Amino acid sequence: MKSDAVTSAPLGELLTPFSDHEATLEANRCLYCYDAPCIHACPTHIDIPTFIKRIADKNLLGSAKTILESNLLGATCSRVCPVQELCEGACVLGSDHPPIQIGRLQRYAMDAIRGRETQTVSIGDETGKSIAIVGAGPAGLSCAGELRKLGHAVTLLERRAVGGGLSTYGIIQLREPIDIAIGEAAFIERLGVKFEYGVELGHDKSLAELRRDFDAVYIGVGLGQSPDLHIPGEEWIFDGLRLIEQSKMEAAPMKLGQRVVVIGAGNTAIDCATIAKRLGATDVTIIYRRTIDEMTAYPHEYEFAKAEGIRFEFLAQPSAVITDEQGVTGLTCQRMHLGPDDSSGRPSSIPVPDETFVVEADQIIKAIGQVRHPLASLLGLGIENGYITVDENFETTLAGVYAGGDCIRATGAASTVMAVQDGKLAARSIHQAIMGGPS
Amino acid sequence: MADLTCRFAGITSPNPFWLASAPPTNSGAQVHRAFEAGWGGAVWKTIGAPVLNVSNRYGAWHHGSQRMLGINNIELISDRPLADNLREIAEVKRAWPNRAVIVSAMVESTPEAWHEIVRQIEDTGADGIELNYGCPHGMNERGMGSAVGQVPEYCEQITRWVKNVAKIPVIVKLTPNITNIIGPARAALAGGADAISLINTINSITAVDLESFDISPSIGGKGGHGGYAGPAVKPIALNMLASVAGDELISKSGIPVSGMGGISVWQDAAEFVLLGATSVQVCTAAMHYGFRIIDDLCDGLSNWMDARGIADLNDIRGKSLPRLSSFQDLDLSFRAVARIDADKCIQCNLCYAACNDAAHQCIDLVNSAGKVIQPGYSERESGKRLATEDRPKPVVREDDCVGCRLCHNVCPVEGCIDMVEVPSGRQSITWAKLSAEKPELTNDWDAMKRYRDAMGIHIH
Ligand SMILES: Cc1cc2nc3c(=O)[nH]c(=O)nc-3n(C[C@H](O)[C@H](O)[C@H](O)COP(=O)(O)OP(=O)(O)OC[C@H]3O[C@@H](n4cnc5c(N)ncnc54)[C@H](O)[C@@H]3O)c2cc1C
Ligand SMILES: Cc1cc2nc3c(=O)[nH]c(=O)nc-3n(C[C@H](O)[C@H](O)[C@H](O)COP(=O)(O)O)c2cc1C
Ligand code: SF4
Ligand code: SF4
Ligand code: SF4
Repeated sequence: MKSDAVTSAPLGELLTPFSDHEATLEANRCLYCYDAPCIHACPTHIDIPTFIKRIADKNLLGSAKTILESNLLGATCSRVCPVQELCEGACVLGSDHPPIQIGRLQRYAMDAIRGRETQTVSIGDETGKSIAIVGAGPAGLSCAGELRKLGHAVTLLERRAVGGGLSTYGIIQLREPIDIAIGEAAFIERLGVKFEYGVELGHDKSLAELRRDFDAVYIGVGLGQSPDLHIPGEEWIFDGLRLIEQSKMEAAPMKLGQRVVVIGAGNTAIDCATIAKRLGATDVTIIYRRTIDEMTAYPHEYEFAKAEGIRFEFLAQPSAVITDEQGVTGLTCQRMHLGPDDSSGRPSSIPVPDETFVVEADQIIKAIGQVRHPLASLLGLGIENGYITVDENFETTLAGVYAGGDCIRATGAASTVMAVQDGKLAARSIHQAIMGGPS
Repeated sequence: MADLTCRFAGITSPNPFWLASAPPTNSGAQVHRAFEAGWGGAVWKTIGAPVLNVSNRYGAWHHGSQRMLGINNIELISDRPLADNLREIAEVKRAWPNRAVIVSAMVESTPEAWHEIVRQIEDTGADGIELNYGCPHGMNERGMGSAVGQVPEYCEQITRWVKNVAKIPVIVKLTPNITNIIGPARAALAGGADAISLINTINSITAVDLESFDISPSIGGKGGHGGYAGPAVKPIALNMLASVAGDELISKSGIPVSGMGGISVWQDAAEFVLLGATSVQVCTAAMHYGFRIIDDLCDGLSNWMDARGIADLNDIRGKSLPRLSSFQDLDLSFRAVARIDADKCIQCNLCYAACNDAAHQCIDLVNSAGKVIQPGYSERESGKRLATEDRPKPVVREDDCVGCRLCHNVCPVEGCIDMVEVPSGRQSITWAKLSAEKPELTNDWDAMKRYRDAMGIHIH
């Protein structure tokens, strides 16, 4: 029997913080490469050798300053970035040694100055220009902070009651505790950005109003809800994004089933499966219609899931939820095989005729991505494949309206750090446009 | 197996490794354990005049994650009663007849005081006496230690007082805190010393406390300059050893030299022997890691000797001394260039930065298509693949390389950058010869330019 007294501990941050001793040892291992590949690999191009050297030098304020110069959301990124695919994956030591643990070092420096971040940032002279930012996720916070640094008056509109976007309600606590994300929004606020919570663009405010009242508008609204599966019994399926949100935001312990099936094969599916397992489910199975090779989850996430005891059922497509009077008892699946490549460049998955099977389950969770934002078309912005169209300056098809983050990321893996970089680059473009001429 | 037996001024020890006069040789129980571990000899912690020590007496210099690359001390000579030391020395010598037991001494600068301590030491049955002319703190303020070692006349005088009465070999231990080490070395020889040892510790301040502004370590808010030892001092010790062992008078006299200063691995010891040491002494390494390191010192040294067919250390003693040259006798036409082993290179670009900022700007970063790439990145691109897949590799433009060797020294990968000799196309010539033939080259840049042009020497 599952205990009801589940605490948040099983979902607590997975990696322990570095002690001073660990940080110094690790920092001293870094070679201080010149034109270092870790810098190239980082989407925000943090000067990694410099911030690490400053840890070795015990100049933690300086270290954090180096991080924040390139990435105002350094505290979140240090925890959530897929470092194996980015900086750490490029570390020159990686060929025959463990690479430098750049993420954990960055976290160490950011933790050391928590609450004092503004000491590392200088604000330019007031320009008299004002910009509206929509969405307090990584893309919006980054853009808001960068514009504030340049001396502009910035107003940030957020539909929810708290800032941080998916860092706050979408990224599992094992990676990032909620107070880090909220603290980061508070830092941006302390830079002098005016936050207006509970204001939804398209509902409480129109784009036309914003364009009228501000010199420029930037949209960082992210993506929408999980899409529907369109299978019988859909109403019994629990939304993975909601599951994660509840695991972070709700004080009361969550109750999940004993035998849990998670549909999907991205990082979110693995997150959901991990939560289920850690909250006491005995069997957790991830169901995916293609194979391990087509999974969008990072290899290190897949390995992590296996180590957590999560089972994978490949080449299986859900076709119906089975229920009885008690509730869910299983999921009928269609056996698939791989066919020719589809438009995404991956092999398609094709049903094997007459081959279905049942996976027993008392809880079914879907984690199959997020729908593109319906808002874009409502606002009259040009869209492509559901994503907001922007040019190389992050400007949308409407003059003076810019966008960044997940809502424009039509290609490549959407991630926090990419959203941060979008915000930073967009801020530069906006600055240039409203100030007339190069910054 | 190579024979490591060491014969030094009539003192024999099964290997050339002696513990230097210092904390590891402070008591009978310690030296007993050191001999159990395999040390060939021990120079007892200096005995003599009564003293009182202070706390916080060892400072250290750490670098990166490397602890104690240098240790600094303001410890005085032994603070244990003289009678206890003498009794324990006698006990140890009786228990270990085949090990070298040498007693370091320092007393007031009077013949009576020295005669008395010599008699007391000889009564213990010890194999030799080492005169401590080196202590650079505390004792020198009382006219002993380096106060003697820095004045050749005093060196000679005290050595003579001791030699007038001593029946066992007398080793004079020199201080490095002097401009020219040859002065005191020759003075010791003139005073009749049977051997010389060097170096004692070097004047130093290791740190200032950035909170309190105290000298670190702080002794109740004050601190002093202390004696510096450990791996960091090895190059200084080697230079002084080579000066002394290579000195005409000293080498003609045939007196042996016991070398020390920074020896921590067997390679260090072999280098000391090649520059003329007969025995070697170790202090800091034993303070850092304990007596057990003797195993590795002996094993490494004898394996190296076996591999090279060296039966006896005497066969290689001083073998590198003839390679010592003054600058003016070096071949100006010798040319070496840096060559990078692309397979070993991990692309840290440290060589590039060093050559570019501090040498001759002759390393290029070249991609797989052979194109020279400037450092930098595009703001819009990222990811592991982009950063690593065709990361340009450093390549030396050998024609422009002056062979300064900086890149070789900074490269973190062993054996990755070699300095390779290449023909310069010029006849061998030394500065001594050239400046004698063409004196105008020593004071006229135009003449130098004509000479360089004629010889095809181009330095940008
Ligand atoms: C479950 C899950 C796990 C993830 N894990 C990771 C991870 O480990 N590492 C990683 O790098 N990335 C991860 N990501 C991706 C990452 O969270 C996103 O790429 C990133 O948050 C995108 O930032 P954004 O600012 O574009 O959008 P969001 O974070 O989605 O923020 C958008 C903000 O806009 C607000 N908003 C939306 N519409 C309106 C409106 N009309 N008016 C006002 N406000 C509005 C929203 O409330 C929200 O606060 C994960 C994503 C998910 C779903
Ligand atoms: C803490 C300490 C105390 C020392 N005390 C003495 C001493 O009493 N007499 C002496 O002749 N040398 C003394 N020395 C110097 C050592 O014998 C030796 O010359 C010096 O440390 C260099 O060798 P090393 O680099 O192996 O330590 C002392 C050195 C240290 C570190
Ligand atoms: S590549 Fe690795 S070793 Fe080099 S600077 Fe970056 S973290 Fe340090
Ligand atoms: S040896 Fe000196 S000049 Fe030649 S490549 Fe190396 S650093 Fe440059
Ligand atoms: S220093 Fe050595 S490893 Fe680093 S880039 Fe140069 S050659 Fe390669």
